[in-house]
Amino acid sequence: MAHDKRYTNQEFKIVGTRPPRPDGLDKVTGRAKYGADTFAPGQLDGLILRSPHAHAKIKNINTSRAEKLKGVKAVITSDDLPDLTNGNRGMFDILENCMARGRALYDGHAVAAVAAIDAETARRAVKLIKVDYEILPHVTDVDEAMKPDAPIVQPHVRTSGVEPKPRKASNVSQVSEFGHGDVDAGFKEADVIVEKSYKTEQTHQGYIEPHACLASVGPDGQGELWVTTQGHFFFRNTCAALLGMDVAKLKVTASEIGGGFGGKTHVWMEPVALALSRKANRPVKLVMSREEVFRASGPTCSTSVDVKIGAKKDGTITAALATLRYQNGPFPAVWAMLGAMTSWACYDLKNVKSVGYDVLVNRPKVAAYRAPSAPMAAFAVESTIDQVAARIGMDPVDFRIKNAAREGTRASYGPTYGPIGIGPTLEAVKNHPHMKARLGKNQGRGMACGFWFNFGGQTCVDLNIGIDGTVTLTVGTVDVGGSRASLCLIAAEELGIAYERVRCHVADTASLGHNDTTEGSRGTFSSGMAAIFAARDAIAILRDRAAKTWEIDVEDVAWEAGNAIAKGVAHGNLAPLTLEELAAASPNTGGPIAGHNEVVADGAGVSFASHICDVEVDPETGATKVIRYTVIQDAGKAIHPDYVEGQFQGGAAQGIGWALNEEYVYGEDGRLQNPGFLDYRIPDCSDLPYIDTQILEIPNPNHPYGVRGVGATSIVPPLAAIGNAVSNAAGVRMTHVPMSPPRILKAIKDEQLDIAAD
Amino acid sequence: MLEVNFSGSFRDAVDGAASISIEAATIRELLRKLVERYPRMQSHVEDGVAVSINGEIFRDSWGEAIPAGAEVFVLPRIRGG
Amino acid sequence: MSGVHVSTTINGDPAEFVCPPGETLLDALRNRLGLTGAKEGCGTGDCGACSVIVDGRLVCSCLVLGAEVEGREVNTVEGLANGDTLHPLQTKFIEHAALQCGICTPGFLIAAKALLDRNPDPSEVEIRYALAGNLCRCTGYDKIVRAVDAAAKEVRKEVRKEARKKRR
Repeated sequence: MAHDKRYTNQEFKIVGTRPPRPDGLDKVTGRAKYGADTFAPGQLDGLILRSPHAHAKIKNINTSRAEKLKGVKAVITSDDLPDLTNGNRGMFDILENCMARGRALYDGHAVAAVAAIDAETARRAVKLIKVDYEILPHVTDVDEAMKPDAPIVQPHVRTSGVEPKPRKASNVSQVSEFGHGDVDAGFKEADVIVEKSYKTEQTHQGYIEPHACLASVGPDGQGELWVTTQGHFFFRNTCAALLGMDVAKLKVTASEIGGGFGGKTHVWMEPVALALSRKANRPVKLVMSREEVFRASGPTCSTSVDVKIGAKKDGTITAALATLRYQNGPFPAVWAMLGAMTSWACYDLKNVKSVGYDVLVNRPKVAAYRAPSAPMAAFAVESTIDQVAARIGMDPVDFRIKNAAREGTRASYGPTYGPIGIGPTLEAVKNHPHMKARLGKNQGRGMACGFWFNFGGQTCVDLNIGIDGTVTLTVGTVDVGGSRASLCLIAAEELGIAYERVRCHVADTASLGHNDTTEGSRGTFSSGMAAIFAARDAIAILRDRAAKTWEIDVEDVAWEAGNAIAKGVAHGNLAPLTLEELAAASPNTGGPIAGHNEVVADGAGVSFASHICDVEVDPETGATKVIRYTVIQDAGKAIHPDYVEGQFQGGAAQGIGWALNEEYVYGEDGRLQNPGFLDYRIPDCSDLPYIDTQILEIPNPNHPYGVRGVGATSIVPPLAAIGNAVSNAAGVRMTHVPMSPPRILKAIKDEQLDIAAD
Repeated sequence: MLEVNFSGSFRDAVDGAASISIEAATIRELLRKLVERYPRMQSHVEDGVAVSINGEIFRDSWGEAIPAGAEVFVLPRIRGG
Repeated sequence: MSGVHVSTTINGDPAEFVCPPGETLLDALRNRLGLTGAKEGCGTGDCGACSVIVDGRLVCSCLVLGAEVEGREVNTVEGLANGDTLHPLQTKFIEHAALQCGICTPGFLIAAKALLDRNPDPSEVEIRYALAGNLCRCTGYDKIVRAVDAAAKEVRKEVRKEARKKRR
C-alpha cells in the first residue's frame, strides 16, 4: 500500500506526552545486556596486537611461539583475512583498517590477534608474537601533511577534484568546492573585512561503552555475532563481505548500545573476532580496552580552517569564503567536503565559497561524530561572524538575523531551502531570559548557530497484534537514546490505544528486512514513519475483520480511538468492536493480524539550532567555568519531549567538552599520549550547570507528524558559542580549540604584551 | 527539460559545467542519462550521490518523481553520525 | 597459577568464587558471578561505570582485587531494589529520563546511593561533586542531577514515615 509522507497537522492524544520508557527498568536494575554482557559456552577471550609505531613496514610476523602456548586456540594475521573485495577500494580500506596488510598506518593499528581460553593466556600469547617493523617517517598534523616534503601515507592516492589530474602521490586525497556568486567582487563591495585562521584538535565520541562483541562462526559458514553497534544490518553486510560469508548465514544481534554518536557506525574489530572464531571453531569474545578505543576506533577530524567575511556597514554580508583542511586518518574520505557543505548553511549569501581539502595522516581512521564535520566549520564561521558584528558595531544576534537563511534562500551547498527554522531560533534567542541575565566579573556571554542535515534511509517495521490485543512493534533501528518510547507513542497514537499496550523491540538481522544504521538523526524519524504506516496497514486489516464479523461492507467500517465503528444508519444497532475483541476473534476471521512497512524515508529536511552560553574565565589559571547554557532548536514535532531535551543537552555537553578540554595529544614519535579518561578530559557532573532547552516545533512537511531529526545538530553551535563567550569574558579572541587553560592563559598574556608594546 | 545543477566536487566529471539541461522524470532516469552522457559520473554514482529536488535531499529513493521545473541538484552523498 | 578462593557477601547473600590473584573485583563480579550490572568503561578508575559499594564505601571495582572482598559486604546495582520495589533512585531516574543509553546508570545509581547514605539532603553542588567520579556522555548530567535531587526528597519522606510508624 502506498502511504503519503506529507505532514497532516493532526491533533495528538498521546504523542508529545512523557511516559516512562519501556527499556527503563532493565537499565536501572543492571539487567540490560550490552556488548560485553553476554557469554557463550566454550567461549575464548580474544586480544589484538597493535602497532606501537605511527608508520612502519611490517617485514615479518612470527606467531609460532604464540601458537604453541597452552590454551591458545587461534592466532591470526592478515593472511587469515584474504582480500575478497574485488577491487572495491572502500571495502579494502575497511579490511586494511581491521588488520594491517604489510604496513602499520597509525599507532594502535591492529597487526595480529589471538583467541585463548582466558584473558591471561591471551595476554601472554600476544607478548609472544614477534613483529619485525621497519619504522617509516610519519606525519600526524593536517597542515604538515599538506607540505610538499611530507611523508606520503598512501602511495596510490592522487588528489581528485583538481585539474589537470596530478601524477604524483599526495596526502591530499580530494579537493572540493561549493558556493555561488563572485566572492572577489563581494569583498570589493565590503566596508569591513575580517580574515582569520582557526585550528581544532582531534576529539573522540567518548562513549562510555568500549567496542565489544561475541562472534561465533562454524565450519559450515554459518555465524552469529552479538555486538554493540549503531547498525547491525550494515555490520552484517560488511562482515559477511569481508569474510566471504553469505549475508543470510550471518545473524547479527544488536546488544543495548552504551553510546555511539557515530563511532559505532563502522566495524573496527568485528571481522577479526569472526575470523578468530572461524579458525578456532569456538565462540570468541573480543572487547576493546579504553586505550584501544582511543587509539584504534574512529575519532573525529583535527582541522585547520581559514575564514574571510566581508560586510557592509548596514550589516549585510557581501562575501563569505572558507578554506577547510580536515585530516581523515590514513584512508581517503570526504569529511572536509562535508565541512565545506555545512560552513555557510545558516546564512543567505549572494557571494559564497567553501573549499575543502581532505588530507591523510598517520592517525586512526576518522569516523562520524554526531553532526560530522559541522562543529569545526561552525567554530570558525561563527567566531568570525561575531568579530564582523563587533567591527560594524552591531549586536551579534541582530547581525545573524539580518543575514539568516530563510525559505527561498539558496543554500551555500546548492539547493534552495524550503521552510526552515534558523530565523525562529534566533528570534527565540533574542527573547530568551538568558540574554538578560546579569554578568559578573570575568564573565562573558556568547551565542552561535548551527546546522545539520537529517537523513531518512531504508527502514522496515513489523507491527503484530497479539491474541489479547496488545501490540508488538518490531523495528530495525538501534535505540541509542530512548526511541523505543517514542515509537510506542506513535503506534499507540495511530491505533488509538494506551501507550502501555505497545511493546517495542529491536530485531536481529534474521527477523526483519534491512534497516539502515541509526545515524544522521534518523532513528525516530524513519522508524516512526514506518511505524505510522505499519499501523495504518494493520488498521485496514482490523476494519476488514470487523466487516467480516458484522457481515457488512468494509466501506462502512471506520476506526476510531481503538475501536471499529459501523457507520451509517443501517448499522446503528452494531456496538463498536474493540481491538481486544477483534484480536481474540482473529483465528476465525483470517488469522494473525499484522501490519508491515518498508519505506525509504528520504527528504528528511534540515535542522537548525542556536545556543547561548555564559562562562567565567579565571584570569590567573585560564580555567573556564560554564555558568549558564541554553539550547534552542527546531524539532519539527517532539514525540517524547524528555528525549528531545536529552538530545539537546547531551550534544551541548559534548560540544562544551570539545570546546574547553578534549584533545588527542600526539608526541614527536607519532604516538597518542593520552588514550584514557584521565588525560582525555570529558566533562563531568561538576563541570556543567543545568542545561536549559527550548524546543521549537516548525513542522517538517515531509513527515506525517512533522518530525525532524533532532540528535545531531546540538553539537554544532557549542564550540563557537563557548569561543565567543570566552572571548567576551577574557577579552581575547580564541582561535584554537580546545580552549584549554594553557591556551587561554597564553592568549591573555600575549594580549597584555601587545597592549604594553603599543 | 530539467536544469540540473552540480556541486563543485562533480563539476569536473561533467566537463566543468555548473548546470546542464536534461530530460528525466525520475531520479533513476536522471542518473542513468547523466552517466550515459558523462561516463566519469559513473564512479561518483557508485561512491554515492544525493539528489536534491526543490530543496529536499534524496539519497536512496531513485524512484522519486522529479516535477517539471523543479530545482535539481546533484550532491555528494552525505552521511551522519 | 593457582586461584584464590573468596568467600564474600553480595547484596546480602553469601557468595563464593575462585579467581586469579590479579583479577579485579569487576571481572570477578561479571565473569564469575554473572553480575554484569557493573561495567568496564575504562579499567583505570576514571569513569565510575564499575562503581560498587564495599563495606559501605563507594569504590571503583576495577581498582579493587577480587581477593580483597574476602569476608566483606559488597553492594551492586542488582541489589538496589527491594524485591519488586524499586529504590527511589531507580524510580526517579526513569521518571526524570535521567538515562539515554543507560551504560553509566548502574554506576550513577550506586554512587548516588552512597551519597544519600551519608548526606540525605544534598544541595545541587553537593550532588554534582559527589557524582563527579561518574562519567556520562549522553545526558549532559542535567536530568541525572534532577533525578537524584527528587530521589533524595523521596528517601527523606520514607525515612520520616518509618520514624512515625515506629513511634506508634
